[in-house]
Amino acid sequence: MTLTASLPDADPTALRRFLQGLPGVDEVGAVGRAASLATRSIKTSSKSYAIDLAIRMVDLTTLEGMDTPGKVRALCAKALRPDPTDPSTPSVAAVCVYGDLVDIARAAVGDACHVAAVATAFPSGRASLAVKLQDTADAVAAGADEIDMVIDRGAFLSGDYARVYDEIVAIKEACGSAHLKVILETGELRTLDNVRRASWLAMLAGADFIKTSTGKVSPAATPPVTLVMLEAVRDFQTATGRTVGVKAAGGIRTTKEAVAYLVLVNETVGEQWLTPDLFRFGASSLLNDLLLQRQRMRTGHYSGPDYVTID
Amino acid sequence: MTFEYAPAPESRSIVDIADAYGLFIDGQFVDPADGRTFPTVNPATEEILSTVAEAGQQDVDRAVRAARRAYEQVWGPMSGRDRGKYLYRIARLLQERSRELAVLETLDNGKPIREARDVDLPLVAAHFFYHAGWADKLEHAGFGPAPRPLGVAAQVIPWNFPLLMLAWKVAPALACGNTVVLKPAETTPLTALAFADICRQADLPPGIVNILTGAGDTGRMLVEHPDVDKVAFTGSTAVGQQIMRGLAGTSKRLSLELGGKAANIVFDDAPVDEAVEGIVNGIFFNQGHVCCAGSRLLLQESVADEVLTSLQRRLSTLRLGDPLDKNTDIGAINSAAQLERIHELADSGDAEGATRWTAPCPLPDRGYWFPPTVFTGVTQAHRIAREEIFGPVLSVLTFRTPDEAVEKANNTPYGLSAGIWTEKGSRILWMAQRMRAGVVWANTFNRFDPTSPFGGYKESGFGREGGIQGLGPYLDSDVVDHEATVRIGFGVTEVAR
Amino acid sequence: MTDRLDVRKTYKLFIGGAFPRSESGRTYEVTRPDGAFLANAAKASRKDGRNSVLAARKGYAAWNAATAYNRGQVLYRIAEVMEGRRAQFIADVQDAEGCSDTQARAQVDAAIDRWVWYAGWADKLAQVLGSANPVAGPYFNFSVPEASGVVVAVAPQDSSLIGLVSVLAPILVSGNAAIVVASTARPLPSVTLAECLATSDVPGGVVNVLTGDPVEIMPWLAEHADVNALDLAGITDDALATDLERAAAGTVKRVRRPEAGADWFADPGLSRIRSFVETKTVWHPMGV
Repeated sequence: MTLTASLPDADPTALRRFLQGLPGVDEVGAVGRAASLATRSIKTSSKSYAIDLAIRMVDLTTLEGMDTPGKVRALCAKALRPDPTDPSTPSVAAVCVYGDLVDIARAAVGDACHVAAVATAFPSGRASLAVKLQDTADAVAAGADEIDMVIDRGAFLSGDYARVYDEIVAIKEACGSAHLKVILETGELRTLDNVRRASWLAMLAGADFIKTSTGKVSPAATPPVTLVMLEAVRDFQTATGRTVGVKAAGGIRTTKEAVAYLVLVNETVGEQWLTPDLFRFGASSLLNDLLLQRQRMRTGHYSGPDYVTID
Repeated sequence: MTFEYAPAPESRSIVDIADAYGLFIDGQFVDPADGRTFPTVNPATEEILSTVAEAGQQDVDRAVRAARRAYEQVWGPMSGRDRGKYLYRIARLLQERSRELAVLETLDNGKPIREARDVDLPLVAAHFFYHAGWADKLEHAGFGPAPRPLGVAAQVIPWNFPLLMLAWKVAPALACGNTVVLKPAETTPLTALAFADICRQADLPPGIVNILTGAGDTGRMLVEHPDVDKVAFTGSTAVGQQIMRGLAGTSKRLSLELGGKAANIVFDDAPVDEAVEGIVNGIFFNQGHVCCAGSRLLLQESVADEVLTSLQRRLSTLRLGDPLDKNTDIGAINSAAQLERIHELADSGDAEGATRWTAPCPLPDRGYWFPPTVFTGVTQAHRIAREEIFGPVLSVLTFRTPDEAVEKANNTPYGLSAGIWTEKGSRILWMAQRMRAGVVWANTFNRFDPTSPFGGYKESGFGREGGIQGLGPYLDSDVVDHEATVRIGFGVTEVAR
Repeated sequence: MTDRLDVRKTYKLFIGGAFPRSESGRTYEVTRPDGAFLANAAKASRKDGRNSVLAARKGYAAWNAATAYNRGQVLYRIAEVMEGRRAQFIADVQDAEGCSDTQARAQVDAAIDRWVWYAGWADKLAQVLGSANPVAGPYFNFSVPEASGVVVAVAPQDSSLIGLVSVLAPILVSGNAAIVVASTARPLPSVTLAECLATSDVPGGVVNVLTGDPVEIMPWLAEHADVNALDLAGITDDALATDLERAAAGTVKRVRRPEAGADWFADPGLSRIRSFVETKTVWHPMGV
């Protein structure tokens, strides 16, 4: 329970002892807490602010086998100018694509927006470390300034924390100056105890962000999972002084849900985290709902899907 | 611009409060015989919401007479199936009108709309549903093949959960075939009067539910009325003791749900974040106006500092203010008198050497308010560790071993509830076995359900509300010889033995 | 008499919350007891039975996971929806059984009230059938009833509505999913009931209603390895009942045998509920 007492080094035994010694998470309590925060109500000017903040936090994502340069260019255009009818609409935080399309994305957005690449044999992570490192290096070389890696869930679930740790350390090194987001794939970790352990493991190994999900596994991001991850970054900051971001990815489709996540952030870790530098949404369809709500706030009437652009 | 929760007030227009209310007797609103009235106030604004009648002796007589007639002619003889159907109707009407009733409750009581809406009202409806089902199944409840109702029940309820306490009293009484005369608290009569309207919409025959508004005198006249068969009281231990003395030597059955000074015990292997939530919910839910509130926090010394730090951080995010605002966590203290009592006890904490910490939240100018407050360095000898404060004040004590936790937790005349926080299942059960308390929550706190019996040990009262056990206080069990002068009750619910 | 020509209903099966025709494409003629034509009912095949089991297994997952309170609310909702279609049920029962209007009314009222009765049981079963067990040792020990799973019931052949409801409701109340084979000669009230179930917040697949011939369908369902229990109430042929019970032994299904001369109007008690629950006992140590 005393997190500050002694942080482990990479020694497998110390690491395991530390992670297993983290305080447990009572699932019922955590789910209840997340649900109670979802009843917070945001109105008028605060809602406008929240919507714009959420737009600025979006990692606009396309991660399909059928992605093409054309699709990525369209996505980039949308990222930079989400609502062509309203130039006051902010740009999103980043576009998130597969590694082989980073150069296309980089060319399309220039310096106006971050380019995030999924790497390390996304989404399964089932490849050799050499392949993962090469995957990362390719993306960075092509211009990615953010790398979204997946952890080896198999190793994690079998208790081989050191292997996961070493891999993150190695990828972090391969990232160079690029920011590293570590995807825990919480839908496969299953328990909130595991989510807490994996969060700490990733942060200890050097993650700049911890991210819930690939979006390829259900459930993806959920409020209770995000709550536990936020508690972890809060406690990690207290213990080490280092500030780590959180990315909730997958399954967040509506403005109402997005605002509920912002409330979760605000109440758990405070306003310091309410910035695209420390909190992100990994999403595709969410952006259009945010834009519809933005139009609703601006015009006073409800908008429709014909009035926002498809990617 | 920062991230703020703009006020999100629930609309008041959903409720329609009359300027004045009479007494609900025999299916109608009538004026009190001696014409006395008193105001009911919104504690968040000190605004007078309405004027209600103060029932006197003649009114009590009239109400008990109506209840007696309804018992003998209508409700008593009615089949359990049909009684159940009326209760199902009431349950549905409560669901349909729940938002309206939640707003009304918040206006009259001062509790946050979030709690009235998400806790009180759903439980109210659930309580009627649960008991509706029992009405035609009483022979399966373990009270013998043909348990019988007692007759007319006099019920006196407190102001902390006005409509929920009504439900806890009325639903089992009616399900078991009794009729009731109910007196709501003088500061929170409005939802009980709205309940009268629900009885009308349900076409409940007259006299089965009678509602008398008034203060302590009305309550005393009611419980001491000679034609009452059963008295059920929820409120302070002092009043409960008075009632018990008053009923001594009579054949009236009695159940009491009184005060508490619950220990909320946190072990060093607790799920910390959830424990902190549970501590907050334990004492700051409903401004601490909860008889089972976890008002004594017992922390294992090895984690005391860490938990306190987390707790203070969490308390700093609580939002105190307009109870109708959907974002409000802490509402108003129910009355000026209660506020004064909280101040008096909190001041005794200072005087006796405990350390006071107050959550940094501004208090509104009008209305009755008390900020979330934590006292550390409290010992068992302090008044704030022994007396029920019934407000948002937490007293923190520490312990070293499980045995010490048990001793301290039980070292009180009260015995309503207890909380245990540990990830170790066997310790939960070991602790639960040793708690002298009627409800033990493990890794949660302040949970209520109509299927779950609620009630106390020791000076916290006797009798249970909810669950199968909650039927007992309203049933005459299968006495082989009904003419026998010795009435056989159900264990703890029987006092006139 | 009105000049208006009535619009007649197509009677279909009820599987997984939808109303399909039999996959076999077959129907059979349903008549009043006096022989007058009423409708063509779908004649379910063994494949419809198989599809029902798939649907019921899914329905069971959702229904069994719901809180007892929620299940009670849904069962009560069935009563509410039936009350609104009371006239149609009365007409259906009269047509099916050739009984008087008074008898039909009594049957429909009893059927609606029976749902209310069972609705109240949902959150009381565990309290009446379960227990805390004072084992001699430092253990906390308790027993709770749990639904068996997917139950196949043959509705009574004579009593077209109260018999059907009396068989179906006790299966549902504890969290089982049901496949009911309706009365062969009097199936139409079961289809009207299915229409009520479809609009009563009962999750799809929790109840599946098959019309047709139990002699054809039941041997397949009795042997089906993903069925947990059988209620043979409507099997009138003793030899068939014995065969089905024997078939059920293959996966040790719980079997409730038919009762000759059952009075469906009588207080049902807890016997049918008990037939389709398991008892789970949990031990947990008590120690610091």
